[in-house]
Amino acid sequence: MRNLFSRTLQTTIIFLIAGGVVALALGGYFSSASNVFTGSLVNMQTWFSARFTAVQDFLTAPRDMASLRQRNTELESEVAELQAQVIQLQQQVGDTQILAALVDFERARPENTYRAAAVIGRDPSPFLHYIMINRGSNDGILRGMPVVTDQGLVGRVDAVIADAARVQLITDPASSVNVHLQNAEVDASLSGSVTGEVTLGLIPQKGNLEKGDLVLTSGLGGGYPADLIVGQIVGDPDVQTRDFDLFQRAKVQPVVDFNQLQIVLIIVNFKPVDLDPLEPTP
Amino acid sequence: MRNLIAIPAIIFAVILQSAMISRIYLLSGIPDLPLVMLAAWALQDDVDSSWHWAVAFGLMVGFVSGIPWYVYVMGYAVVVALAQVLQRRVWQAPLLAMFSVTFLGTVILCLISFLVLRISNVNIPVGDVFGLVVLPSVLLNMLLAIPVFAVMRDLSRWVYPSPEVE
Repeated sequence: MRNLFSRTLQTTIIFLIAGGVVALALGGYFSSASNVFTGSLVNMQTWFSARFTAVQDFLTAPRDMASLRQRNTELESEVAELQAQVIQLQQQVGDTQILAALVDFERARPENTYRAAAVIGRDPSPFLHYIMINRGSNDGILRGMPVVTDQGLVGRVDAVIADAARVQLITDPASSVNVHLQNAEVDASLSGSVTGEVTLGLIPQKGNLEKGDLVLTSGLGGGYPADLIVGQIVGDPDVQTRDFDLFQRAKVQPVVDFNQLQIVLIIVNFKPVDLDPLEPTP
Repeated sequence: MRNLIAIPAIIFAVILQSAMISRIYLLSGIPDLPLVMLAAWALQDDVDSSWHWAVAFGLMVGFVSGIPWYVYVMGYAVVVALAQVLQRRVWQAPLLAMFSVTFLGTVILCLISFLVLRISNVNIPVGDVFGLVVLPSVLLNMLLAIPVFAVMRDLSRWVYPSPEVE
């Protein structure tokens, strides 16, 4: 009984002392001592934590590097895919713009029926100016049909197979187009050259040519429909007039950029006139 | 049997020529991949199918081009003949022979094309032809000759493997 009393007393005293210490600490009486104590504890923990982190980094770093490299590779691959998609989309935007311009052109001339074709190749010979398109007789393309873009005249179909055709450009040295000069009100003949330059010939001397005159197809000869834009006369010095010549000559800047041709329109309802039977035989 | 590689090789070369290489201009000249390939093939040792390649290339390119088909058949046949003459008689230095065949072959093919077009009443000034077409084409073909020769040499070693020495 005595032991039980003394133990209860001891416990009570300990709680009172502990409570007193806590009360004094909360009251701020032990602040300097607690600061020193907690400061040293924090420093010690910081030291251990820093060493542990260093050891952990040392042990786990290679694995992280490997995973980072793997992730980097994945991201690079993703970036490459996205760049490819961007290029593809830019190409589609370019194609769409071209097609939109061609649709506008088609709507502006409802009298003609067009069929669009992509340019898939060029003539292997440096002497000739031909392009290959991906439409052929299966699509109703026939030899002699005119080929245009929204800008103007490109040429005409020269040869056809089932799914492709060859188009002779107006810049080809063997090409000849009957044209009409809008301002001068005269007819002339447009011919290409091996360098791709386009020249007007057979212009009557009475014709008053000026720089910037618009050149349109005349429709004479039945090879092309009338009033397709071909180009403009460039520069006064290029208008060559000599007294002893029967005709004038002039250089023409075509409205179509033949190096950038991607999509063209074939006028499928135009039937060229074959004048061969009318030509006198020697 | 490995000779059959000629079929896809020739088709691929003509497609490449028409779709891509014909768009590479220097003045008015363009490279001629079939001609350079043919010259390189004909200059390889042990190759005995050069004439077949020449006819096949000539017909294929002639089919694609607006120039009559016989121009290319004749021109490529001349290239093979030149290659065989140079290979047998003149040099052991294959690259030098390659350059010579490419140079002469390009000039002769251009000359044949020019003559046929002139006969067909196509007006082409001679000055333009040499300055703006022939010389740039020769230069471009010379540039193409080095890589093509290496590729065709490897192809010929695959088609005609040398017998193992026992």
